[in-house]
Amino acid sequence: MSTGNSREPVTGVMLRKQPPPTPAQPPPPGGSVSTVLRVLDVRNLTLLAVLAALVAVGGFTEPDQFLSTDNLTLVLTQSSVIGVVTVGMTFVITSGGIDLSVGAIVALSTVWATTVATQEYGAGGILFCAVAVGVGCGLVNGLLIAYGRMVPFIATLAMLASARGLALLISDGKTQVVDSKTVLELGYEESYILGVPPLVLIFAGVTVLGWLLLKRTTFGRRTVAVGGNAEAARLAGIDVRRHRLYLYLLSGLCCGIAAFMLIVMTGSGQNTNGNLYELDAIAAAIIGGTLLSGGRGTITGSVLGVLIFTTITNIFALNNLQSDAQQIAKGAIIVAAVLVQRRPSGTTET
Amino acid sequence: MRARPRPALPSRRGLLLGGAALSATAALSACTSNESNDSDDSTQPAAQPASDKAGKPVTIGFAGPQADHGWLNAINEQAKNRAKTYSDVTLEITEGSNDTAQQIGQIETLINKKVDVLIILPADGKALTQVGLKAMRAGIPVINLDRVFNSPQAYRTWIGGDNYGMGLNAGHYIGEQLKDVRNAKVVELAGMDNLELTRQRTQGFDDALKNYPNIKKVARQAAEFTVESGQAKMAQLLQAESKFDALWNHDDDQGVGAERAIAQAGRKEFLMVGGAGSRRAMDAIKADNTVLKATVLYPPTMAASAIDLARALGQGKGVGGLAELEIPSSITLYSAVVTKDNVDDYLSTGFR
Repeated sequence: MSTGNSREPVTGVMLRKQPPPTPAQPPPPGGSVSTVLRVLDVRNLTLLAVLAALVAVGGFTEPDQFLSTDNLTLVLTQSSVIGVVTVGMTFVITSGGIDLSVGAIVALSTVWATTVATQEYGAGGILFCAVAVGVGCGLVNGLLIAYGRMVPFIATLAMLASARGLALLISDGKTQVVDSKTVLELGYEESYILGVPPLVLIFAGVTVLGWLLLKRTTFGRRTVAVGGNAEAARLAGIDVRRHRLYLYLLSGLCCGIAAFMLIVMTGSGQNTNGNLYELDAIAAAIIGGTLLSGGRGTITGSVLGVLIFTTITNIFALNNLQSDAQQIAKGAIIVAAVLVQRRPSGTTET
Repeated sequence: MRARPRPALPSRRGLLLGGAALSATAALSACTSNESNDSDDSTQPAAQPASDKAGKPVTIGFAGPQADHGWLNAINEQAKNRAKTYSDVTLEITEGSNDTAQQIGQIETLINKKVDVLIILPADGKALTQVGLKAMRAGIPVINLDRVFNSPQAYRTWIGGDNYGMGLNAGHYIGEQLKDVRNAKVVELAGMDNLELTRQRTQGFDDALKNYPNIKKVARQAAEFTVESGQAKMAQLLQAESKFDALWNHDDDQGVGAERAIAQAGRKEFLMVGGAGSRRAMDAIKADNTVLKATVLYPPTMAASAIDLARALGQGKGVGGLAELEIPSSITLYSAVVTKDNVDDYLSTGFR
């Protein structure tokens, strides 16, 4: 701003008349509603509307089944595994990257953590192994991308292939059943805490931590900066490479946690686990409002995206509709959600 | 379980972020082994054919899909073990592949090697018809295993399971069990819906249930032959139907997940029938302490039978027990229902 320059007052006045460029978002209308709106981000309102519409459909078609607490618990439980993966994926996409290997990492972690040899170490061994394998794969991804200067799409595609291959090699195509009582009992009603399954609690914990990390920390702001303009971020003093490494580690960590949850859920490890998780997670993040090109991401939106997909599946199953119809509806929802969301953001940005 | 050397604990420094991951990988590499000392052989050949004396040596080429599933694994093992029992048989087995182009390449290699007989279990029957024709034209008789080629000219003999019959037998078994139950409700957990075999199984199941007017199929969901999908779809079914009398699950592998969902929901008011015939399912049927009361076979022993047929073809002989001079052009296997009463007879065929 040329405030001190008085030699050209006309242009100076003209400049002052320009609206200040800083507040990109419209001023909040005020009241307690506005704080809620700020937390949810305006874009998420459309998602909430979609979810509300789905709940209405579910409640209308199968009122007794759909609106029961049991069913709510079921929807949340079935969202939990892919939900945790999606939180990690949201960070990676926000930074302008992509992780195609999440499903394969989940598969490899479940298999590695349920071999006869690992199971000798009990529940702790299974948990440690699942998380360690996830982080290890994330480390390889991160090193290849950040320091090997490979394109994320290619590096994680390579990881997808090799992790699936390794999972098949270890499991020999067989289903490895878990014997550990501690692990198995985590899936039963006896271990629910105040009526909430442990898996849902983990999902909630990861979501809250992810939200805090992305919205409230330097790490989160750096992630957005790297995704918005990596060169500018580098010039601003961010170690972009190291930051990228951390992001893929984070995604791997989420996969490891998700793998353990999947072991609890299915009581087994199998090399076919996590099938197409990468696409489900990307789809949930995208309809949640995360930009595939990077620079914008919301954990709340991603989690809403996951919940929408699970709710659709649930409603279709309750109404005894078959998978063909489910897949068509899923595709339609992706298109509709993205189209609806583009409206408000399009009008404010251009 | 064999005692293993405990992996050395990582040093305190190694516990730092990157180091932890690396040392974990090292420690975990000791954990990839899947061996247990539980070594009773699950793939004992059932019966020797009539002509088990060594004859003219035969080289058999075997090409199957990638063994990423319990049943396909059993197919490979059945073939290998059966071939080992004949001193006159040499088995050339390819690395399994689900990629059509790759499988065609593997079969062409076997043709060039001039094997005497080819056994082909195609990843996709229609897509591999051409290479089957090529082998037949080159004078190599082809035994088409399970997934059928488009043209009968592409094989000498087809041997495989009966998907329609599997559904039919599952339906009849459930029908007989629920004969006296008024307004009985049945639920179906199908396999992958984009496979024709799933549709055939469902068709057979529905046709059988038509004989029992007191039974109604109230819900059906399709899983994907994986434990994970079995758990997810079964949990939905249990939520959708608060009470039912019987469940047919197409596949024992996805059944691991389905049974997990049933245990998690704490439900046991119904009887469950499985499909394919895994060793785990048979053990559960024998123990009789879960909802699983029966399983309908889709026997992997067909691979062992295919070796028998290939050997007979290579030696120019027929098969024993029939009046025919030639080997039949198609053999459809029977999908037996395994229950607690007859499970001991079938335990040896159960696959892991």
